[in-house]
Amino acid sequence: MSTTTAAARPVAPAPETTGRKISPASGKRRRAIAQWGFVAPAVIFMVLFFGYPLVRNIVMSFQDYSPSTFFTGEAPFNGFDNWKNVFQDDLFGKALWQTIVFTIGSLLGQFCIGLALAVFFNRHFPLGGLLRSLILLPWLVPMVVSGIVWRRILDQDTGVLNSFLGLFGLGDTPWLTSTSVALVAVVLVNIWIGIPFNMVILYGGLQEIPKELYEAASLDGASAWRTFRSITLPLLRPVITVVLVLGFMSTVKILDLILALTDGGPADSTQTLGTLTYQNSFVQLDFGAGAVVGNVLILISAVFAVFYLRANRNEGK
Amino acid sequence: MTAHPQAAARPPRRRSRRALAPLTVVSALVATAALTGCGQQRDDNVYTLLNSSTDESYHRWDGDTLARCSKQLGVTIEQQSVPAPQVMTKALRMASSKSLPDIVQFDGSEMPTFAETGGLMDLEKLGVSTEDIPQGIVDYGSYDGTYYGAARTVNTLALFYNKDILDKAGLEVPTTWDEMRETAKKLTQGSQYGIALSAGGAEDGVYQFTPFMWSNGGDETDLDSPEVVQALDYWKALIGDGSLSKSTVNWTQADVNDQFMAGNAAMMINGPWQVETLNTKKDLNWGIAQIPVPQKGDDSVGPLGGGMLTIPDIGDTEREKMSARIITCMTSEQEEITYALNSWMIPANQKAADTWRGKVPELSSLADQVATARSRTAKLGAGWSSVSLALQSAFQGALTGQESEAVLKKAQQRLESGN
Repeated sequence: MSTTTAAARPVAPAPETTGRKISPASGKRRRAIAQWGFVAPAVIFMVLFFGYPLVRNIVMSFQDYSPSTFFTGEAPFNGFDNWKNVFQDDLFGKALWQTIVFTIGSLLGQFCIGLALAVFFNRHFPLGGLLRSLILLPWLVPMVVSGIVWRRILDQDTGVLNSFLGLFGLGDTPWLTSTSVALVAVVLVNIWIGIPFNMVILYGGLQEIPKELYEAASLDGASAWRTFRSITLPLLRPVITVVLVLGFMSTVKILDLILALTDGGPADSTQTLGTLTYQNSFVQLDFGAGAVVGNVLILISAVFAVFYLRANRNEGK
Repeated sequence: MTAHPQAAARPPRRRSRRALAPLTVVSALVATAALTGCGQQRDDNVYTLLNSSTDESYHRWDGDTLARCSKQLGVTIEQQSVPAPQVMTKALRMASSKSLPDIVQFDGSEMPTFAETGGLMDLEKLGVSTEDIPQGIVDYGSYDGTYYGAARTVNTLALFYNKDILDKAGLEVPTTWDEMRETAKKLTQGSQYGIALSAGGAEDGVYQFTPFMWSNGGDETDLDSPEVVQALDYWKALIGDGSLSKSTVNWTQADVNDQFMAGNAAMMINGPWQVETLNTKKDLNWGIAQIPVPQKGDDSVGPLGGGMLTIPDIGDTEREKMSARIITCMTSEQEEITYALNSWMIPANQKAADTWRGKVPELSSLADQVATARSRTAKLGAGWSSVSLALQSAFQGALTGQESEAVLKKAQQRLESGN
């Protein structure tokens, strides 16, 4: 996420050179070199760490890339074979659908709860700062650790959650062991993880809204809901776009959480594109097929990155 | 920001030139760092072993063995440990950067994949003997008739039972499927299930399904045969009776062990590598038996497991010969017995196994189980990983409500269509 924001920031302009003894022509060249010198680190970094892997991944999806490739360095091109195999596999459609459900469900939950909490903490009350920092905790815990802890909490027989629900006679929910509930459970855990990120960014956005607007609204006798709809939401829009797009890009590629919680099971019911590319590449060692699924993920993210950049540009106008 | 206040007084031209130099250096550094090859020079007297002994105790046991072999052979042997699922990918990456270690310890189900690339050396040609090693274990370490992997110890699955619970209920240790189902049903009380096993969505679950599939005459090349369907139906019946927790689809073998230790299960299917943990609970009085079979008189066929030492092709025969001597030392009778006693596994060497049996008579049923155990990759070689994935998906589907026959049929079709 941080790389996206950093990349979107314009590169610092080259400093002006005003040498007295330099002729205009050589001054120009010097300036051009200086400009390139400033741009070069960013460009080299992008080419090496973004461009190269991206191109490599695309090429790999058209190759028969097997374990022997690591020895011989040879990966014969096989046209669209990998793509055909992946798209013909039922599991791909299933994983794609589950990725969509997972992403939309997670974003909706994270955003709504995050926004509600941000508005709540914007009211400033005693201990508000402390509570706000405590809510950040899920963000600080490594994803794998949260996954393992939640796996215990959600255990059908011995989990804390079911013991608690048992008090209300609901203690037998098959959180991670039913093909129809597991995806919901995974979404709920991911919402829990994503709330802090949403809250922090939205809270920052709320702080930027001038207080006078709220004062004027209350003078006009606007209700709380009306104020929220006509002042808070419109002024928060740029921040909302950022939160949703960044949230989307980190959610759609989910892997670690699902591996820790369910390993894609039971019976592939929590398999997403992220786990599928992992399974293809690192369990079956069919790197070509893994690259195909990876490319689909990149394509989806790229589409949303374009939305993000356009939204940013519109803001600039 | 005020680190160089004097810089502000200088003419701007100088500042820009001063900024230019470091920038160029940074760019150059980034480029060279990325482009420098990783090919590494091997130290003449230092040999490396890549294994998955990330547990403190295993790392220490292997370290002790290597220290003894180092002394005997006059070389230094270093141990590099990564988590078990990463050994394969790590070794492949090292192969592409020409920095393979001298010896790699693979899991038995992975070795054929690596051997198929042509990246492993024939151990017999390098001087590792197969004398006194039972044919089953030689086959386990072979691919396409060539002996690539020398196992120090092997393991398999067995039925672990809580002696106190069985005695209290006045029940015998079950030996057939029907008996096990009956016993498990009777032992299911309150929060205690009759039996625990792992049907998790990874190799763990498949490993646990194989003894049921194989003892019933089923085969991994024919997943929708009646024998495999019956085996899966048997698992379903255990869940249907309520004797096996539905959480089984989300359990690894370590989770199963936790359930058994916590008293949530009276019996479990598990392997000897759990004994070390089991014994940390002093008041747990457990026993071990062969996995029950469909009918009285059937052979109990378990899966053969355990790491094997291989020598990757590094293109240096002298070094490879020394690696072979290191393996010979690590698989010597004495070293195997020491390692087997530590890790509760069974020595691969027959003579060592006989000595070992005398020292731990309580595990002798495990040794019997190993004698009939079967290698997962013997028939399919590198094709095992696809079957394993299809099988996981199938039995998880069946255990969460679908028909065994339908899911297995789908799995078999999926394999035949090449996906």
